[in-house]
Amino acid sequence: MSEKRSVDRRDFLKTAAATGAAAFAPAQTSAAAPQADPPVADEAETTDRPGGDFMVDVLKSLDFEYVAANPGSSFRGIHESIINYGGNAAPEFITCCHEESSVAMAHGYFKAEGKPMAVLCHGTVGMQHAAMAIYNAYCDRVPVYLMAGNSLDATLRRPGVEWAHSVQDAAAMVRDFIKWDDLPFSLPHFAESAVRAYKIAMTPPMMPVLLVLDGGLQEDPITPELGSRLRVPKLTRASAPQGNSAAVVEAARLLVAAQTPVIVADRAARTPAGITLLIELAETLQAPVVNQGGRMNFPTRHPLNQSPNARQLVANADVILGLELTDFWGTVNASRDALTRTSRPITKPGTKLISVTALDLAMKGNYQDFQRYPEVDIAMAADGEATLPALIEACKRLVTADRRSAFAARGKRLAEAHASWLERARAEAAYGWDASPISTARMTMELWGAIRNEDWALVAESGIMSDWTSRLWSFDKHYQSLGGSGGAGVGYGAPAAIGAALSNKKRGRLSVTIQGDGDFLYAPGVWWTAAHHQIPLLAVMHNNRAYHQELMHVQRMANRHQRGVTRAHIGTTIDNPNVDFATIAKGLGVHAQGPITNPNDLGPALKRAIDVVKRGEPSLIDVVTQPR
Amino acid sequence: MTRLLIAVFVLSAARASQAQTPATGAPAGNADEGKKLFASVGCYQCHGLEAQGSSATGPRLGPRPLAFAAFSRYVRKPAGQMPPYTAKVVSDADLAHIYAFIRSRPEPPKDVPLLR
Repeated sequence: MSEKRSVDRRDFLKTAAATGAAAFAPAQTSAAAPQADPPVADEAETTDRPGGDFMVDVLKSLDFEYVAANPGSSFRGIHESIINYGGNAAPEFITCCHEESSVAMAHGYFKAEGKPMAVLCHGTVGMQHAAMAIYNAYCDRVPVYLMAGNSLDATLRRPGVEWAHSVQDAAAMVRDFIKWDDLPFSLPHFAESAVRAYKIAMTPPMMPVLLVLDGGLQEDPITPELGSRLRVPKLTRASAPQGNSAAVVEAARLLVAAQTPVIVADRAARTPAGITLLIELAETLQAPVVNQGGRMNFPTRHPLNQSPNARQLVANADVILGLELTDFWGTVNASRDALTRTSRPITKPGTKLISVTALDLAMKGNYQDFQRYPEVDIAMAADGEATLPALIEACKRLVTADRRSAFAARGKRLAEAHASWLERARAEAAYGWDASPISTARMTMELWGAIRNEDWALVAESGIMSDWTSRLWSFDKHYQSLGGSGGAGVGYGAPAAIGAALSNKKRGRLSVTIQGDGDFLYAPGVWWTAAHHQIPLLAVMHNNRAYHQELMHVQRMANRHQRGVTRAHIGTTIDNPNVDFATIAKGLGVHAQGPITNPNDLGPALKRAIDVVKRGEPSLIDVVTQPR
Repeated sequence: MTRLLIAVFVLSAARASQAQTPATGAPAGNADEGKKLFASVGCYQCHGLEAQGSSATGPRLGPRPLAFAAFSRYVRKPAGQMPPYTAKVVSDADLAHIYAFIRSRPEPPKDVPLLR
């Protein structure tokens, strides 16, 4: 049987239309006639200009550094074009062992690099594997540039697997948690949609986008006629939306007049400039800043950083400015997870709430990551970082000498409180210092001692290890903290850290992650990817031998139901046998040590590991830790 | 100085002994038994195996806990996120053992270089 694909998609469309019309015409052929494609004269076996080459031209115009993929036949055309026609550079092919790893690598990479990574996968089984990681990126407002292979023309599919790997609407499965998708029907269509997808993904609120690539479009030759019509469209990035000018002035009026204002930031600082702007606003007002950790918003050692005292500050506030908050309602309310669920406001009556978030511009309904409805007083449907310059200027215009004097007194009190919190955290960290399993504070501070004089970047999920890092380390650069997974889908940690480390590699930064044991076990093949591509990363395991969050949930149920409180470990712990993570890592080509149970062994192990990482390789230390 | 060291040793030995001297209002408890219970009934999950606490899950409990009456009251009917431990699942005697374990936790080391 001939498998010659149509050369021009327009011809295919014409053929399809004719076929459709024929279906309503009187039968011309016998029902018993054998199924066979018409013979094709002058059947060519080779081409030196397949459609995938033009796709690579377009991807190069978008300045992709990498494309991550587990190889798949539905995108074999563009795969070959990337490595041969494109020279396997910009984008370079990153070999992954699982699509969840590909997407999570792209997720972590974006937050370190500031531009997206491309991902290729099967439109069927690949998308199914990728789905959770796509959801994480969506919830974390991170653009991932997804391309899924597919085979649309049923009459040209190879028998067997290619049918199982074909789908009518590949995007349907993930459309609820991506921003935009398209199914280009021609190469000119691909070019426009590829550039459009990039623009949409990178406009706040940023989210993943998906292009479905037909196999024929990738593999068919570009005819001279088609070639004459191909061009790469110009990309013009959309400027981020700023808050309405009247709303900005009203917000500034409230903030300047406030006695106890609080600035709360979650995914506020998209770029290094965001940190500078937030410092300027806080210092202008001498207002406390609570960093919820979605991004590296504010230096941890800045005296106005009052994150450890968030609850009390919110309770005493008369004005709260929320910048790109995931959960404004949860910021100003307390809820209790008991048999009867209750909640109550923690703010004073009359506290004014100001929200600036681009999420007000794009929200979907099916997946419920948008949290409870916050009753705010000013809602700016705008990007937080883009709105800060106008808000700072508006505040500065309103500050009088009297207010400046009051601000100075407030700033002095806050600086004293900051110093007090730091001392208290240091004192608390000493409890259990010599314990085995090793305390999370001890592990955090042994790690800090080993990296503090390097150009380091913590590429782990924020909040891990009882927040000891943000309480005791000095973060002041945008790449030193990347926030969390977004959707709390476990399995994000390792690949996101490796993706971020890939970004940091060319800058010579020492990437460091704190690796959960449960997270490690989802798709450990990503450590092979780190070894294969020589991605330097220091991974220190927080191995509490459990899915500990779930253990606590089951314990809560057991206590509530009063039928015994000693069996919550069933189904939630990862022991008997204990997993030998160092051996797994070694088997995947990664330098590894452990399990380490004596806290005094940790310092020397870190030194050995850092030597390896400085040579350009990943290194993992399995540390058996306290649960939290 | 020698006398002081001996006194410290005696105090430490007493803390490590099986029968803990009760704090004011606390029933006698066995710290070793309390250590086992602290793990088996799940206290460690939020407070750590050394009762050192976590900012994310539960506060430090030792080595100087609340007075036993307040401790017991909170365990039986907590106000915050802690799940309740009624006498049906943790007896008063078990609670006394747990309390003795918490009190037996060592004081933290002084002047740790990594914490300066």
